[in-house]
Amino acid sequence: MEKILEVKNLEQRFDLNKGILDKIKFKNGKFIKEERIVNAVNNISFSIDKGKVFSLVGESGCGKSTTARTIIKLIDPKGGNIRFDGKDITNLTGNEMLKYRKKMQMIFQDPYASLNPRQRVLDILTEPMLFHQVVSSKSEAMEKAFEILKKVGIRSEQATRYPHQFSGGQRQRIGIARALAVEPEFIIADEPVSALDVSIQAQILNLMMDLKEEYNFSYLFIAHDLSVVKHISDDLGVMYLGKIVEKGSKKHIFNNPLHPYTKALFSAVPKLSGTNLKNSKNVQGEIPSAINLPSGCYFHERCPYAKPICSKEMPIEKEVEKGHCVLCHQY
Amino acid sequence: MSIQVETSNKSQEKVNKWKSFLESEFFHNYKKSPTAIIGSIIVIVVLLIAILGPFFTVQNPYDMSNIDLNNAYKPPAWDEGGEAKFFLGTDQQGRDIFSAIVYGSRVSLIIGIAGTFLASAIGIVLGLIAGYFGGKIDAIIMRIADIQLSFPTMLIAIFLMSFIGRGITNILIALSLVGWVRYARTVRGETLSVKKKEFIEATKVIGLPNFKIIFKHVLPNVFTSIIVLSTIQVGSFILTEATLSFLGLGVPVTRPSLGMLCNNGFNVLYSGLWWVSIFPGLYIMIIVFGINLLGDFLRDELNPKLK
Repeated sequence: MEKILEVKNLEQRFDLNKGILDKIKFKNGKFIKEERIVNAVNNISFSIDKGKVFSLVGESGCGKSTTARTIIKLIDPKGGNIRFDGKDITNLTGNEMLKYRKKMQMIFQDPYASLNPRQRVLDILTEPMLFHQVVSSKSEAMEKAFEILKKVGIRSEQATRYPHQFSGGQRQRIGIARALAVEPEFIIADEPVSALDVSIQAQILNLMMDLKEEYNFSYLFIAHDLSVVKHISDDLGVMYLGKIVEKGSKKHIFNNPLHPYTKALFSAVPKLSGTNLKNSKNVQGEIPSAINLPSGCYFHERCPYAKPICSKEMPIEKEVEKGHCVLCHQY
Repeated sequence: MSIQVETSNKSQEKVNKWKSFLESEFFHNYKKSPTAIIGSIIVIVVLLIAILGPFFTVQNPYDMSNIDLNNAYKPPAWDEGGEAKFFLGTDQQGRDIFSAIVYGSRVSLIIGIAGTFLASAIGIVLGLIAGYFGGKIDAIIMRIADIQLSFPTMLIAIFLMSFIGRGITNILIALSLVGWVRYARTVRGETLSVKKKEFIEATKVIGLPNFKIIFKHVLPNVFTSIIVLSTIQVGSFILTEATLSFLGLGVPVTRPSLGMLCNNGFNVLYSGLWWVSIFPGLYIMIIVFGINLLGDFLRDELNPKLK
């Protein structure tokens, strides 16, 4: 199977005290240099097959969105490499990157913030087309914009309206239309439905799947809602504190979750019977700070199965069955 | 799609825009706000007088051949010895005060408006650059702004004017050098909040060059605060110019502005010729008052933080 995207040992950090002066602190009678670095993404690797949907799940603050923004080069990666369609794009800048900008697009989380309030829908769509020269003239761009709008379910007479005249679900449709405008091969969807009403979520997800069938592109889907993930993905990765703790196909992970964190996630999904939360082995405490990462396995402080080795050594990734990898000392 | 359809669409769109403006909350609040209505009436009347004034003044005060020294020291029409022709009286050289005010307001308004344009142009560009790029360039621009803000505005203006000399161009230079700071700071602040929005990220994902993002996507979204600031800035520039001219540092004697008219009368104020100074002074007050009323309304309406 051909890979559309391969991510190897990707790392992303943010320095909270950027200036030199910020780093110097006065403590216990002497000056010390204190660094506060958020380790948002810690050495993760995964790959996405062409035409497939790969989902990243995890609780908020675990680095899902940062991973997405690093892959699409909104933020430059601090380590590792990203290969798109077989070519290394890790260190491409400006004009070299433009060629790939056309091929990868993004759908954003908040439909109320992702559309320029001063641009008409038509301009939102034609601007990227004209910039990347997917069309040769303005009138062709307009025709194409109408065609895409029709596909995402926006009527053509609504094209000259401004974003504030649409509802949340309609805006997300426009956001999707914008991503489609440059005919991408790969789309990153950063929690595209989490800001929407539950009744609208299904519509948008189905729209995204229909468009995928039609245009045959691949998705990197970021989500925290497991039912959404189950509906849409082929493969998935479970993230915890900037690390992928378990990855595999949807069947592997939903039928046979191995990592204690994955199990905890599934047990946290509310069920109609209502007994699930009580009987499951609960995960204690809060997600630790990404500034001071725990020693050894990042999960050991909260893990109900923790052994002495877990606090000392970071486990290595193990392939338990074919294509199903887990990061835990138990296996 | 034929071109005809598009043009009819466009005129239709204009009608729709006008319609939606009349139905908008903005217009609704405008109708309900007496200060806004008074302010805009004053501003419109002042502008009309400045534009159409020369058609109904009795003389061109700049043209020496029009002026007759025999008409000097005439009090306003309602005072003893006043003439209806010189409604607001005349000055030491026989110039009609009303005509001088009309012509002077033209100079004052041109300086106020043009100065605002220049100051805002400099301030907007620097503010956008500082806010969008951040880092060192931001630090440099903002420290210069801070240094300038630590001096009184008038002091800098007086210093600049005594350095580069009188003249309308020079006063515009001085005003823009004084006024850009407020724009730069406001625009930078707004830019900082706009650039974090996802639609700016979307333009980066598309790969648009920075200048296009700044001017097409950031600028339109910071424009309301620029409009608010500009309205008030016109008033404050008219005042600054009046002060400078009053001090003899502003416009040249041959093209008196309102401030210079006040100065002319100041010399004879205590010898009983009160009208020479008072009327231009009152007119400055009315202009600035009207502009500020309008500016206050715009600030309250367009600034969502105050709502």
